[in-house]
Amino acid sequence: MAHDHHPTGIKRWLFTTNHKDIGTMYLWFSFIMFLIGGLLALGIRLELFQPGLQFWDPNFFNSLTTLHGLIMVFGAVMPAFVGLANWLVPMQIGAPDMALPRMNNFSFWILPFAFTLLLLSLVPQLFPDGPPNFGWTFYAPLSTKYGPASTDFFIFGVHLMGISSIMGAINVIVTVINMRAPGMTLMKMPMFVWTWLITAFLLIMVMPVLAGAVTMMLTDRHFGTSFFDAAGGGDPVMFQHIFWFFGHPEVYIMILPAFGIASHIIPTFSRKPLFGYASMVYATASIAFLSFIVWAHHMFTVGMPVAGELYFMIATMIIAVPTGVKIFNWVATMWKGSITFETPMLFALAFVVLFTLGGVSGVMLAMTPVDKQYHDTYFVVAHFHYVLFPGAIFGTIAAVYYWLPKWTGNMYNEFWGKIHFWWSIIAVNITFFPMHFSGLAGMQRRVPDYNMMFEGFNQLSSIGAFMLGFGQLIFLWILIDCIKGGKGKATDRVWEGAEGLEFTHLPSPAPYHSFEKAPEVK
Amino acid sequence: MKPMSENKNTSVLKKALGIVGLMTVFAFAMVPLYNVFCEITGINGKVIVSESLYQQVEVDKSRTITVELITNINRGMPWEFKTTVNKLEVHPGELNEVMFFARNFSKQTITGQAVPSVAPGQASFYLNKTECFCFDQQTLKPGESIDMPMRFYIDPDLPEHVHTVTMSYVLFNATSKESESVAAN
Repeated sequence: MAHDHHPTGIKRWLFTTNHKDIGTMYLWFSFIMFLIGGLLALGIRLELFQPGLQFWDPNFFNSLTTLHGLIMVFGAVMPAFVGLANWLVPMQIGAPDMALPRMNNFSFWILPFAFTLLLLSLVPQLFPDGPPNFGWTFYAPLSTKYGPASTDFFIFGVHLMGISSIMGAINVIVTVINMRAPGMTLMKMPMFVWTWLITAFLLIMVMPVLAGAVTMMLTDRHFGTSFFDAAGGGDPVMFQHIFWFFGHPEVYIMILPAFGIASHIIPTFSRKPLFGYASMVYATASIAFLSFIVWAHHMFTVGMPVAGELYFMIATMIIAVPTGVKIFNWVATMWKGSITFETPMLFALAFVVLFTLGGVSGVMLAMTPVDKQYHDTYFVVAHFHYVLFPGAIFGTIAAVYYWLPKWTGNMYNEFWGKIHFWWSIIAVNITFFPMHFSGLAGMQRRVPDYNMMFEGFNQLSSIGAFMLGFGQLIFLWILIDCIKGGKGKATDRVWEGAEGLEFTHLPSPAPYHSFEKAPEVK
Repeated sequence: MKPMSENKNTSVLKKALGIVGLMTVFAFAMVPLYNVFCEITGINGKVIVSESLYQQVEVDKSRTITVELITNINRGMPWEFKTTVNKLEVHPGELNEVMFFARNFSKQTITGQAVPSVAPGQASFYLNKTECFCFDQQTLKPGESIDMPMRFYIDPDLPEHVHTVTMSYVLFNATSKESESVAAN
């Protein structure tokens, strides 16, 4: 394109207000965080390869689990989705850019500082008592009265991440509400835009609650308040209520955009339109609504009246209904389609199957009486890793493969893409499937040592984890190879069955400035 | 960009920021809401600390309730705090007295405040105290000790399925945080 002029070098990236540049930075940032979080996970699996203590002292082991969780949630999954939103939302609704481009730049550039604050805690010269060690849920009083000095850096880091997420979410909301191309009514919006719009509302509603919780922690630690300190009339259980009021919608923030991604990829490779578009939209909205009223199912063992247990159990199980609608629709989309199995489709199929598995163990966990056995065991770890790794992360990987030719103009290496898929799906199951069994047999999470009887399961998990972790380097290579030229030029449509403005109205690669004149949507 | 769309953007932006602001207020409003909710429903064993008068009710000799007493010291409270009996059998409606003992073994004058809790939470509505050291604070000089009576009766309307009522007291150091703890309650 003729008017592709922009600053070059470092200034392009520092000062850019272009949604594609910012999307690219978000995606690379989250990939780096994914590798760092993965290294921490390998540290955990290394220690758990054998019973007994081999590598880390127990306190540092706790720090590993804490940082792994925080970095994967706030550093890998959430920025990856914001990056995808930046790239895709304007192109999919026919807008020239995000509505608030300078805020967009700001919301990205906060993140490196936030994670520097968090990762500084790993420097022993600065923090002799170690990084945060209270788990990613940072329950009081572990994080208030007993938290190490680095907790304060963690608090400010979380504040910055929250501000960044809120700004990113507001940007999506304003863009989607104001900048849709003429003719694109709400019920004509692509599913990814819909799921992100709903995610953005979840974000602006719960991130302030998280900010409130860490602010209360901060004042409890340093300014003499007693929000969570029983000695001053506070209540540590209240921390858990506030945290999970944020935390449960948060887990849907980490999955809804992946639902949207699957709703693009499965129709494309089945060469059929998405089955039940309207029901998909309503199901997403109901999941988002339900996510606000089920938080205490994380707290059954804290103790609550039977009426409360019943309510939270039933409300939680109801979430399976709209989720089931979505899974049904994906399967129905494939029904009698002429399916081909390119890498994005493989990852999307694995997403549907393995996310469902994670969903089913979620329904098991929702049952109060059995939760009292499962709580804080590896069964829970298996559950949420099945919804996060083959769910959120496979969803993101599928999206990257699917839109990469549109972004770079080049086809990625399909052969290595398939190797990456098969390697990942085998490794992910070796890693997380045995955790169901060790958890049911009573192995507790967040403990560096375990009973001899769990050794077999843990060795499997550790071998799988190392395979899974190093397997992602294949992905890194495929990305770099594709950016450098890959397997030749991609067509404008990229995929035979691809629908949506980004495929039908834009060339590959998508020009630096797209849709300066809004397209007409029929 | 045209000023029209900029105005439209600002208006949506303001609404979104409004939601963020409201949710921030809500996060902090959860603190008093939580306390009120727990006190009204009796969930969490939070007890409304108030003195009640012994109403001459009929003593239900046919029922026996086991009352367990638990005392705890909060971290950093240099007192000894115990009860003379850990467990007693009572009939609903009769007035009972138990004795608690506290001693300050530190070298400072310290004010203590006991915070009561009842399990099961439901029972807290049927437990009436006519006298309790938890109604006010105790100040003890170094080495000083005190015997503290607690009188209570259980309402005969106590639900049938409750056979054991556990009363727990945690003693907090209220010397430096006196004004705060009153405010928080």
